[in-house]
Amino acid sequence: MDPAFLAVQALSGLSSASSLFITACGLTIVFGVTRIVNFAHGSLYMIGAYTAATLIPRLLELSFGPVTFWAGILASALVVGVIGVIIEVLLLRRIYGAPELFQLLATFGVVLVVQDLVVQVFGPEDILGPRAPGLRAPVEILGRRFPSYELVLIAAGPIVLALVWLLLRRTRFGVLVRAATQDRDMVASLGVNQAMLFTGTLFLGAFLAGLGGALQIPRVSANTGMDLSIIAEAFVVTVVGGMGSVPGAFLAALIIGQLQAFGILIFPKSTLVVVFLLMAVVLAIRPYGLFGRAEIVGGTHAVGIASREPLPGRAFILLVVIAALACFPLVADAYLLKVATEILIFALFAFSLQLLIGVGGLVSFGHAAFFGLGAYGAALAVKWYGASMEAALPLGLALAALGAGLVGAFVVRLSGIYLAMMTLAAAQILYAVAFQWVEVTGGDNGIVGVWPSPWASGPIPYYLLTAALVLVTVLLLKRIIDAPFGYALRAARDSEARAEAIGLKIRQHRWLAFMIAGAGAGLAGGIYAFSRGSVDPSLLGIAASVDALTMLLLGGIQTVIGPLVGAAALHGLRDWIMPLTPLWRLFLGISIIAMVLVFPRGLVGTVRDGWEART
Amino acid sequence: MTLLAVTGLHKSFGGVVAARDVAFTVERGEMLAIIGPNGAGKSTVFNMVGGQLTPDRGRVMLDGQDITHASPQKRFRRGVGRTFQVAQTFLSMSAAENVQMALISCFRQSNGLWRAARERHRDRAVELLSQVGMAEAADTPCSALAYGDVKRVELAIALAGQPKLLLMDEPTAGMAPRERAALMELTASIAESRGIGVLFTEHDMDVVFGHAQRVLVLLRGQIIASGTPDEIRQDPQVRRAYLGDEHALERPKRMSPA
Repeated sequence: MDPAFLAVQALSGLSSASSLFITACGLTIVFGVTRIVNFAHGSLYMIGAYTAATLIPRLLELSFGPVTFWAGILASALVVGVIGVIIEVLLLRRIYGAPELFQLLATFGVVLVVQDLVVQVFGPEDILGPRAPGLRAPVEILGRRFPSYELVLIAAGPIVLALVWLLLRRTRFGVLVRAATQDRDMVASLGVNQAMLFTGTLFLGAFLAGLGGALQIPRVSANTGMDLSIIAEAFVVTVVGGMGSVPGAFLAALIIGQLQAFGILIFPKSTLVVVFLLMAVVLAIRPYGLFGRAEIVGGTHAVGIASREPLPGRAFILLVVIAALACFPLVADAYLLKVATEILIFALFAFSLQLLIGVGGLVSFGHAAFFGLGAYGAALAVKWYGASMEAALPLGLALAALGAGLVGAFVVRLSGIYLAMMTLAAAQILYAVAFQWVEVTGGDNGIVGVWPSPWASGPIPYYLLTAALVLVTVLLLKRIIDAPFGYALRAARDSEARAEAIGLKIRQHRWLAFMIAGAGAGLAGGIYAFSRGSVDPSLLGIAASVDALTMLLLGGIQTVIGPLVGAAALHGLRDWIMPLTPLWRLFLGISIIAMVLVFPRGLVGTVRDGWEART
Repeated sequence: MTLLAVTGLHKSFGGVVAARDVAFTVERGEMLAIIGPNGAGKSTVFNMVGGQLTPDRGRVMLDGQDITHASPQKRFRRGVGRTFQVAQTFLSMSAAENVQMALISCFRQSNGLWRAARERHRDRAVELLSQVGMAEAADTPCSALAYGDVKRVELAIALAGQPKLLLMDEPTAGMAPRERAALMELTASIAESRGIGVLFTEHDMDVVFGHAQRVLVLLRGQIIASGTPDEIRQDPQVRRAYLGDEHALERPKRMSPA
């Protein structure tokens, strides 16, 4: 192979490593101190890019020159730093003690809010920034042209590393940040001003995110998709490096930069897969990343289902529910039936997640993977083997269970935030496969023509089929939750030490839980595919996973029927509000944040507590 | 046959030797206390017997079987029950369900997917709870119990596995003085009637000298003395180790009955 080509490829790998490191470094510092995985970090990066792309051309009009350009970059980063402070004061400060699921969801709420706000402030168009004055001509490297700006980026990574290192080693603030990364409680009990420390940390983290974004503008135009794409990569970098470790992030960014630069030669379409596979391998060998330390597991993680007395007259309630579901087609029109069908499907999807989160305490952030596997499994069976619906649904379910078994085998060794990140990574790998393996999956367009068998087609029969399948599956899952298996999962969630001491094989139980939950989600996915007649990669996306989590949170994570109510509420709201306003994401984001802050017990939990307080 | 025989147990963390050639035995029905100042290696020794740590060298034999490298789960099956320094129970479950869970595991039913867990072994669980004086609280959530009561529930959980050996890491830490004596009286009577060997660590010297039949003194990872409480109290080395805390070694003025 041509050495010049290899050199240029390696250099461009280095420059993307630099960009990635600058952003991920902020994420890892923020995590180290606050223990919050900040989903909104990618949004801050995006704001940095938009700010720089808007601000710098104006500055250059006033006075053209390199000084203006770089001052503009710094100014943009400072603006983002201030936004980070605002987020800390308004939101993060209130959720430091909350379970990590709530923290992840709340910061994801910020992501949604920022997505709509960015469009409002900067407009819907992508903005191409100016090129850096003095760095417009490419340089020749071994006879090949290479953009000189990329060389500056390559230097920027180590410079930021050195500056951050100096900041952490040579200043009082840095000492406090390092101390808090090691033992937050100890720092608190030494009388350090926590609020100032955390606000300062968020400023630093957001500043770095903004800097990372601003530095991109001569290379790529600022666009609304950059938040989620960078956050996925930044997560991988921080997780591979070890959460909270700056040198780890640097090393991981270097590895990933090179992997992307050369991976593209081996798997032209699947750089994302390569990157996430790296993360899977690293976590399988070192569950806390390259330089990470074991998390001290506190008691605050254990939120979820607790034992309660069986409801009196539950057989009667069940009959009423069955009757209501069966009679619904008598009063509903085709549109309402379609909505009801989808609500039932999502209820099953969310309920299967409840087995992992509410019962097992396993915060899976990629549950859409199994929903999507079920949908794709069914659709592929129809497309390639001409399978009937009756055969395709079990095949989809089996594929999802198999996928969950595979993912589960990797993640049951992990805990807390690493488990969440790993499940997210698994979902992203599958998303990339569905998106990029066009010959089999149809890529972005997905697969069409997935229609139910004649006896089940039409709104009423399909609704009834869905209702029956969902009802039976939910009852089976409920049975499992009440059975020793569900109790064993709860036992392991409540106290691992005690669970081990009474001889429970925790990993084995969790692995099985993944497969059962995956099968449930896969069935939901298969039913969904036939209800719409098509599948596409968005079924596997982060947004779909977050939907399931939102339903869980909305309904109440401490209750068994919470996810069912949550699915109805979220889906109903969406159908009602989406046509009324273009700012649906803003609304949803604020709702998620409000739920975490105001009533974290969810709808069912709040109602139940109110009821119990009265009686 | 000796119930528990520990020989040549050695463990170091980096440069710190936490246990050096530790050897001792526990007989059926015997209560053996391990004492020593903070950092002496009590918890290390304890966790090597419980399976939470693997020793660098040495052997742990239970009833003639080598369990040195067995997981905590396997030790449970071999007859090791334990309680923790900070009581570990399942806070989302009722007291009875906690014990039921242990019984379910004991009967290898934890993969059961059909019959409800709360209907299994209920009578036996309540019986165990009544042995520790907690029968009335059977249906109270563990999260609503007072800490002393949680400790009793934990004891019932540990007993559910029909242990031959009971490991209790600071069983009375965090309890009121009166409760301490009561819990230890209870443990002693159960241990004696069932022939269970009890190994415990403890900081409260009243508890140690009031309830242990034999005492091991650990200092910097080594056993510096072992014997009956009276012998230990007289031992000059032990007195030196506890210098500044000599009152702790005086004979308790009165034992408060349960």
